[in-house]
This record gives sequence, structure tokens and C-alpha cells, in this order.
Amino acid sequence: MTTVLGQRLLRREDAEILTGEAKYVDDLAIPGALWLALVRSPVARARVRSIDTSAAVASPGVVAVYTGEDLAGEWVAPLPVALTATPDQKVPAHYPLTSGTVNYVGDPVAVVVATTRQAANDALAGVVVDYDELPAVVDLEDSLSDRVVIHEDLGTNASYTWPLQPDEAAVDAAFASAAHTVKERFIQQRLIPSAMEPRGAAAVPAPFGGTYTLYTSTQIPHILRVLLALTLGISETKIRVVAPAVGGGFGAKLNIYPEEVLCLALARKLKQPVRWTETRSENTQASIHGRGQVQDIELAADAEGKVTAVRVKLIGDMGAYFRLLTPAIPILGGFLYHGVYDIPNYSFSCTSVFTNLNPTDAYRGAGRPEASYAIERCMDSLAAQMGKDPADIRRINFIPRFDNGHATAAGLSFDSGNYEPALDKALEIVGYEGLRKEQTQRRESGSTKHLGIGLSSYMEICGLAPSRIMAALGAVAGGWESATVRVLPTGKVEVVTGTTPHGQAHETCWAMIVAEKLGCAPDDVEVLHSDTAISPHGLDTYGSRSLAVGGTAVALGCDKIIAKARAIAAHQMEVAEGDLEFANGAFSVKGTPEKTMPMAGVAFAAFQAHNLPDGMEPNLTAETSYDPPNFTFPFGTHVCVVEVDEETGRVDLLNYVAVDDCGNQVNPLIVEGQVHGGIVQGLGQALFEEAAYDENGNLLTSTLADYLVPSAAEMPNFTLDSTVTPSPSNPLGAKGVGEAGTIAAAQAAINAIVDALRPLGVNDVRMPASPQRVWTAIQEAKGA
Amino acid sequence: MTVNGSTDEHEVEPRLLLVFYLREVLGLTGTKIGCDTTSCGACTVLLDGESVKSCTMFAVQADGADITTIEGLAGADGEFHRMQQAFHENHGLQCGYCTAGMVMAAVSLLEEHPNPTEADVREGLEGNLCRCTGYHNIVKSVLAAAEAGR
Repeated sequence: MTTVLGQRLLRREDAEILTGEAKYVDDLAIPGALWLALVRSPVARARVRSIDTSAAVASPGVVAVYTGEDLAGEWVAPLPVALTATPDQKVPAHYPLTSGTVNYVGDPVAVVVATTRQAANDALAGVVVDYDELPAVVDLEDSLSDRVVIHEDLGTNASYTWPLQPDEAAVDAAFASAAHTVKERFIQQRLIPSAMEPRGAAAVPAPFGGTYTLYTSTQIPHILRVLLALTLGISETKIRVVAPAVGGGFGAKLNIYPEEVLCLALARKLKQPVRWTETRSENTQASIHGRGQVQDIELAADAEGKVTAVRVKLIGDMGAYFRLLTPAIPILGGFLYHGVYDIPNYSFSCTSVFTNLNPTDAYRGAGRPEASYAIERCMDSLAAQMGKDPADIRRINFIPRFDNGHATAAGLSFDSGNYEPALDKALEIVGYEGLRKEQTQRRESGSTKHLGIGLSSYMEICGLAPSRIMAALGAVAGGWESATVRVLPTGKVEVVTGTTPHGQAHETCWAMIVAEKLGCAPDDVEVLHSDTAISPHGLDTYGSRSLAVGGTAVALGCDKIIAKARAIAAHQMEVAEGDLEFANGAFSVKGTPEKTMPMAGVAFAAFQAHNLPDGMEPNLTAETSYDPPNFTFPFGTHVCVVEVDEETGRVDLLNYVAVDDCGNQVNPLIVEGQVHGGIVQGLGQALFEEAAYDENGNLLTSTLADYLVPSAAEMPNFTLDSTVTPSPSNPLGAKGVGEAGTIAAAQAAINAIVDALRPLGVNDVRMPASPQRVWTAIQEAKGA
Repeated sequence: MTVNGSTDEHEVEPRLLLVFYLREVLGLTGTKIGCDTTSCGACTVLLDGESVKSCTMFAVQADGADITTIEGLAGADGEFHRMQQAFHENHGLQCGYCTAGMVMAAVSLLEEHPNPTEADVREGLEGNLCRCTGYHNIVKSVLAAAEAGR
């Protein structure tokens, strides 16, 4: 009777977006709202000698100007950090406005409140801040040296060193007896997530009622409500957080930001609505950045090329302070540096350091793209060193197929995996053998247009998260998800989810799950979300968790509905529950199929409550919270084909094939869309994107004219396919797909570029592989 | 100026950008602002039938012009324009923030090139950034709309 799951249902979200009806935060009309504009530090590190606000206060339309000292009484706690990596983790004090010092370009030092957006911005120039500039730290190894200690009270720039070293002696022994070793250093450049909608927030108080509504461009209204209550000392019951239409997140809206706290604090103080919308240059400077790691990775392998050990040492760039998940990001990747390979000995450690740069945090993939990049680049290095084909080196190292649990050397249990078929399929689609022949022909002909083929057999951790494992990792919160399913008197269904979609089509897909379970039409299901007054429980959307955890909660809620409905139907039909079967939206008596009661009839009976079993509560409603027993581990193989011009360093993307395994798919149309977008973000990192700073900590890429988000003109079409290895971690068998493309793509591209240029002696090209970088790598190889 | 068929007159500050006029004076918030540098195209509207980035024009420069925004694209009966239909049928949008600008730019593109190749579409949309779709399905949508228009 499976009829809905797996269909390419078109999105119900589209109509209101395609007509301009959908309202994002800045689109909301809020009568009487005051506007904020933030005075931000133009220098990377300084003592603030004085702040003169008098000219700004006198500026037309200005209501008030506040410094950090002025507002110190508004906070009951600093901005929170959700993870304690080690007991001795160093955490710098961090409040919505700084007091006394600034530590990155963009650090907010004062706030102007005015009657219009323009008036607030006009008054910024009237706030005169006297900065006593101090030396800034922008380089990770320089930071580690403690030549300059950024936060003097912490005594060091290193926040923590987190080891995952189950058996160092065994790792050392594996290296000592290795036939081949590989040693690489990779730089994960800083990236700017660049959701197309800049952030925005609007706090609306009811001064006499004592309640506050915060509309904000966030992925996490539920988590934010808790954090706002803790930060501002407002009862959680008095705060309602609404995420209206949200224009992309990619991890950058998975936070509690100063502007959100300021809007709410100033709405409380001024008893008027207060709002703020980010400009793009504020976004690039002061909304979180992603990546920012120096990765030292070594492989040991035996004479056949079987990898026997992996050893990784990271330096993680935290930036100037911690935001919500800053210290967690390198750790999340720390379990995955063996990739999809059966590597018995594992050693990982990460030292995370502060710099005078914008704080880093979760950006699509968050730790996992870095891990996948490093191991996949090294597998190619090993193959090259041994004169093997990159596909062959992967095949001999893959963990063999398993359907329910594989204990990894890093200490996790992978859910299910079958890696070789995805590789085979990808190679077949791309025409691998033919490409290798063409590559050889070009090389033999002396062509300067080199063909490169890059493989990436990636691996990720999704389905965040089993709450007990989160606790073991030092996370403050767990990782369950909640759902409420209500079958209304008319038979229509309302589903309340704790996930918070911002482009991922949860409304369409959750309705499909309900339709499949309850036997109704998807159009009969309404999905409610993203408003704490409507969906009080939730842990929101990030880490490719929504389907595997939130979708499962919806499915389990439906199971509860069916169980209750069965009892009511049995009572009304005067048969035993065990004599009923439920199919196509109706209960029927086994052996007497003409005797039926549809779910809608049961719902009406539950609403009437005239004739329910003794002691049964009226209404056909079920609430559930689902805490998964394990993560999910999606995987796949991507193949990128490039042409590299030896004379100019230009890289052309000729073809891109992705075979992903995200377990069972609810809606392949949505899966493909997620993969397409993810790939382009990965290719963006590989080829174009870098949050570049100068040696004084000034951001050189503060606009979309300088920070090169790929456009349609630079990107190819993609050929997608999939394998399906259901996850045993949840009853849907789903694994998650939101980050897969980004986790897979960067190393596919760089492997392809290096594959093209290996005969010239090029073994690595640093990301982003701009024509200049590629050309320089060629020249250096030739000169060496 | 005439916006989506209705003519309005307002006195505006000389520095008021067209996009703020549309959004804040007329309340037509379907047109978005995504950058400060004319890079992203989220604010694209049609001015006398041609696509312009409304963050790059002062409202006064559009005095007397005929503007179409995303709100004015569907037929009077609510029927989708073929470009809207094509974006829907080909999953050409996710978060939706770039969509209004992307659709308006695509409408203008097909006015100029009724039979574009894939490369024409990709080049024609170069000034409109999307961070969700990877462009694959946007390009497919525009080609489908071109096909539907033949």
C-alpha cells in the first residue's frame, strides 16, 4: 500500500514564495517599531579609551544610544556556549555589546536606536569611539605561540585540546611497520555561509501583558527561546519566538546573536517594538564564518595499500569569542577522519585557538566536510604514491557491507553501509575508463589542457542526535525531536513539528509521511512549525537531522494515532481490536472487509465523545518525542571531471556525477535539490570562496562583489543517482541529505585538479583553487 | 510611476532607492534585498519590460516608468505566469529569498532570447545569486518556461 513515500511530489511551499506572499522578517509590517543600528569596531584588537555618543544622540530621529556599559544591567548571563569540550576549556567573556575592548573587525561596541532604519544608520557616524589599537593575532600558529594573548584573563590563546586517541601505542606501531606513509597539511580556509537573506530580528513587547514576541531569521526558534530566557532573565513563558519565512541558514542562523538579544532587551527597556535588519557587509563581518582549520594528517599503509592507521592533528580557528557551537565544530569531524575505510588504528586531536577574527561556528557540514576532505585527499596521495588507480585504493580499503552496526576505530557505531556499489555506479555513469583513456591520450599528445578526474567517497554523521551521546560529548542539550498529530473532527490532519524548515520542504514531506501512515491525501495534512506558541517543543533544524529525527517523530505520532483510533473503532464496531486491520485510511474487520470505519469517522467519534471506551480521553491527538538510538551515516561517491589549462591555471568543470545514499527517500525531488545546492557550496569552497583577512585582521571580502558565491555561469549541470541502504537507526530508514553535497564536493574538485596536474609534479593546490593558485602550483612544481 | 498596473504618486527623498520605495512606501515586499553592492539580484524587477536591480536605482529615476514586481506577475485570475509555473514544476526554488529576483530576471531573459540554450540561461542569470539550488533546477525551469512559450 506504499503510495506516497518515494514520490516526486511538488512543493506546497512554492505558491506563496513565487507570488511574493511569503513574509521574511524584514517584510513584516510592525507599527511603531524603532530601528537599531550597531556601531562596530573598525579594528581587530583595541582597548576602547572612550565613547562619545553626544553627536549621535542629537541626530534626527534618534531615540537613544547605548554602550556596553549602559546595558550591562540588562544581561543576567553572557552569550551562551552549548558545548564544553574539555573540563579546562577556556571561554572568553562575551556579551551582546563589548565593554572596554574589541577583538575583531565588526565587534559591536554601541547601538543606536532611532525611529527609522535610515535615521539609525545616519547616526552611526555620530558615535565617536577612541580606540587604543593593540597588536592583533590572525594566524593560527602565531596564536598558538601566545606571542600575543588576546584575552589576557585567560592567560593563553588555546581554548582546549581535545584528544580522541584510543590506543596511541598501536598507532605508533602501525606507522613504525608501515610500507607506505602519507603526510599532508591541508588548509581549510574560512568561509562565509552567505544565506541570501541577511539576518533580521524584530521584538514586539506587550508592556502591560508582560509578554514578548521575537520574530527572527533563525533555524532554531525553540532553542533560542530557552537561551533568551537564560540570557535576559525573562521567564520562558513570556517569550514567544517566531521564525517566519527564513531565507536560508546553512548553519549561520543556528545561533543566539547579539542583535536578537539587543532587540529583545531594548524592547523591554523602551516598551516599544525594536527591529534590526543586517546589511550584507555586517553579515560577512559578524555573522559566523565556517571552517578555519589547519589539518595535519598522516596515513600508514601496508605493502598492498591497505591503510592501517590514521593520525590527525588539527588547529581550529575559533575567532575572537565563542558563539553557540564554536568549540564543537572540529570535534564533530573528529570521529570521521577514517572515512568509509576499515582503518583499525586511529588518533585525532584538536587544539582550538582564539584569533582576532570573526567567530567561527557551524557551516553546512560543520566539521565533517573538513574530515572527509582530508581523508579523501590522502587516499589520492596514497594511490599516486603507490602507482594505483584512486578507485582501486578505495575499493581495497572500504569497510565491507554491513546492515546493522559497524564499530569504528574512532569509537562510533556506523548504522549501515555499502560503499562499493555507490562508487561503481558513479564511475559507470561518468564513463571512468573512457576518461582515463582520454587523459592518457591528452598527456601523450603533449596537450596543455589537462584532464583530471577526482573521486570522493565521502561519509558523514547526521541525524543529530542521540541525547546520551550528546551528553558524553559535553553538549548542554540533547537531540530528540517532537511531533503532535491531530486528526480534526472533519478528518483533516494537523501536524505540529519541532523542526524549523528554511527551504527544506518539511511541510511537503511531513505531509507525505502522514499521508502514508494514515492513508489520507497529503493535501489533507497541514504542517505547523517555527513558532514556539504553536509548536512548544522542538530542537529545530541543522545537522541533516530533520527527517531522521523530526520526520520519525511524525511517523511515530501517527502510529500512536492509529493505536488510539483502533481502540475507538473496535469499541464502536463492537469487535476486538485484534480483529481490525488498518489500511487505506480505514479500519476493517478481518474476513469481513465490507465492515469498515474510516479514520475520519473515528476522528469525529473521538470529537463527539458520545461513545468512547471507558476511561478514554476524547479527541484523536497524539504527542511524541523521539530520541534516536544512534546517529545516521549517509555516504556516497562523487566524481568531478575538470580540464585544467596549464598555461593560465584556469579550471573548467566538465562533468559532475553524484551517487548518494541517504537511506530511504521520502521525496527524491527534494533530495536532489538538497544535493545540487550542497555540491555548489562544496565547489564554491574548492574553487572560489575565501573569507580573506589582511595581516591586521581586516576582512578583504566583505561584499558579494569580493566574496565569490558561485553563479549559474560558473556551474555545470549535475548527474545524480543514488543507492539505498536503509538506516536501522530509525523506522523510516532515512539518513539525511542536507549536507551531503557540501561534504562530498570540495575534495572531488581538488582531487580532480591534482589528478590533472600530477604528471607536472603538482601534489596539492590550496583552496580556493583560483587560476592564480593553480598556475603558481604548476610553476613551483616545474621549478622544483 | 505605474507598478503592477496601478499608478501611484508619492513625494520621496532624493536618496530613496527604488527597492525601498517598492517595499516600504508601496508595501510590495516580494522584492528582496540581499546585498549592498548590486551583486545578488534579489531585488530584480522589470522596468519598462527590462530587468533592473532596484537597489541600484533611485526611486526618482523611475519617475513615470512602468514597473512589474513579482506580485504583478501572475494573471488577474491568479493563474501563474509560465515562469512561476516552471519554477514550481522543476523545483527551482528552496528558501525562496532569491526567487522573486531570479524569476523576474528569467522573464526578462526570455523576452530577449525566446529560445535560449543552457549556456545562454546560465550566462543570462549570472547577476542573480542563489545559495540553495545550485542553479541546476533554476536553469531547468527557465528552459522549461521557454519551451512552454513556444
